[in-house]
Amino acid sequence: MNSATRTVKPLVDKVASPHAHGGNTVTRTMFRVQLALLPATACGFWLFGWQAFFLWLLTILSCLGFEALALKMMGRGRIRRSLGDGSALLTGWLLAMSLPPWAPWWVAVVGGFIAIIAGKQVFGGVGQNVFNPAMVARVALLVSFPLPLTQWVTPLPLMTLPAPGFVDSLHVFLTSLPPPDAMASASLLGFSKTELARGIDLLHALGGAPAPLVSWLGARPGSLGESASLLILVGGVYLLGKGIITWHTPLAVLLGLALPAAIGHAVDPARYLSVSAHLLSGAAMLGAFFIATDYVTSPNTGAGQVLFGVGVGLLTWVIRSYGGYPEGMAFAVLLMNALTPVIDRFIKPRILGRDRRGRPLTIPESTA
Amino acid sequence: MSENLRRVVKDGLWDQNVVLSQMLALCPAMAVTTSGTNGLGMGLATTAVLVAANMLVAMIRHTVSSQVRIPVFVVLIATLVTVVDMAMNAWLHDLYKVLGLFIALIVCNCAILGRAEAFAVKSSVLAAVVDGLAMGLGFTGALTAIGLIRELLGAGTLFAQASNLLGPSFAFLEMQIPDYGGALLMILPPGGFAVLGFLLAGKRTLERRLQARADKAAGRAVGVTA
Repeated sequence: MNSATRTVKPLVDKVASPHAHGGNTVTRTMFRVQLALLPATACGFWLFGWQAFFLWLLTILSCLGFEALALKMMGRGRIRRSLGDGSALLTGWLLAMSLPPWAPWWVAVVGGFIAIIAGKQVFGGVGQNVFNPAMVARVALLVSFPLPLTQWVTPLPLMTLPAPGFVDSLHVFLTSLPPPDAMASASLLGFSKTELARGIDLLHALGGAPAPLVSWLGARPGSLGESASLLILVGGVYLLGKGIITWHTPLAVLLGLALPAAIGHAVDPARYLSVSAHLLSGAAMLGAFFIATDYVTSPNTGAGQVLFGVGVGLLTWVIRSYGGYPEGMAFAVLLMNALTPVIDRFIKPRILGRDRRGRPLTIPESTA
Repeated sequence: MSENLRRVVKDGLWDQNVVLSQMLALCPAMAVTTSGTNGLGMGLATTAVLVAANMLVAMIRHTVSSQVRIPVFVVLIATLVTVVDMAMNAWLHDLYKVLGLFIALIVCNCAILGRAEAFAVKSSVLAAVVDGLAMGLGFTGALTAIGLIRELLGAGTLFAQASNLLGPSFAFLEMQIPDYGGALLMILPPGGFAVLGFLLAGKRTLERRLQARADKAAGRAVGVTA
């Protein structure tokens, strides 16, 4: 045996790789993502009151319930263990973050059904789904029930005088009453779209807006994941630091959204919103850090993720600027999810021991 | 009824159901099933064409050589569809306005040419007619079921405008859930695909359970005799 074709005697015979395990689990990853969502969620509860908490809780319970039901119906054992991996909980959490905080209770239940049954389990459960389950549910709910899904409220922080109390909130939640007129409001994207549609340009429209529409601190109408955009950013940075996500997707999404926004705003500020409005509105931050980075539905390679992210950002801007709906992040993510297999087909990771074209690497001559 | 014909009927209604087993004719099954009435009307129109086409094909099967059979079948089917199209325009005008183009498109419904090729051209006239009727009714049943589910979830009604199709005396079929806003998605194309998918899954599950039960019973019977 010459030195150029050395073989290493395997440590353990007849056991397939991997031989070492880093100790990471699905459960731990899911838990860390939930931890990263916590600041923004808590801030959302404070801004929008008990209503938002009930919606969040019921969405998660609904997702867990349908997950258990689907597993039981399909005769898969280990229901408790599958529920315990936290993936259904995270799906519910992300869905709740994207809903209007005062949505009625049945939105949460139907959303859980669509996300878990139609978005995940029919494809074969965790790791098998083609589309992001939370976004499937978000889009299906938006298309099915346009009215309750576009009713936003002005934030009335908890413990302040006009905020409804626990019992009142529960009553409104369960009876599916629309938000009181004094609280009903529009999100920035929705407001600007309506004003443009009735022929008022943005320079005038945003001057006379009913509530502060852009606020760095998040006290403005929107979903839980929209209002506290900066806290979402903090959570995203935590995920980056922990190595749960890489920089490729989030940066690409934000750039894909910011660049066309900057160009558009520079050319015609009366027609196109500014970069900060785009980045802080809608699901931009949540989508960039928490939704587009989903392992299952995004490409495997860094280059693929950059392509995926730019596509998401660009499509979001296009839908927001020219589409019929004010917000386009969910649609953009689903469209790019559909392209993920194609991206993965053309941009493949390098196989260990081979070059990018699949030819074996030449092993350098050993000096020994 | 002989054993063969019973088999033909069972195949058409369930075992070889056009939509739910053969997955044929999905274009009308998706496009017109926004309500139970539309599904029923489309299904019955297709059944009429299917029965007549099967009968005619079985009658001429010995005189038409196999080289020219496809054009001949197509001309036959196109003629029959035109007849049904005109008849519906005359007598079921309101339903015709809803189904519109899809009635004319029955001519390229793959189920009809499929049955002519797969069954009628090899069978007696009686068997071909029974097959056409059973396949057509199976198709009607599937379309009506998809339509009813989509209508119920999407608009909160059942058999809306049934009197257009069946006459004023059937107005009692029309039902509506009060205070239900409706899930628009179910009326849109994705709703049709989702409902069809769940129905397919349901049918397969049901068949597997029945098979398992039959196997178990057979096994026990063998065990007893052995």
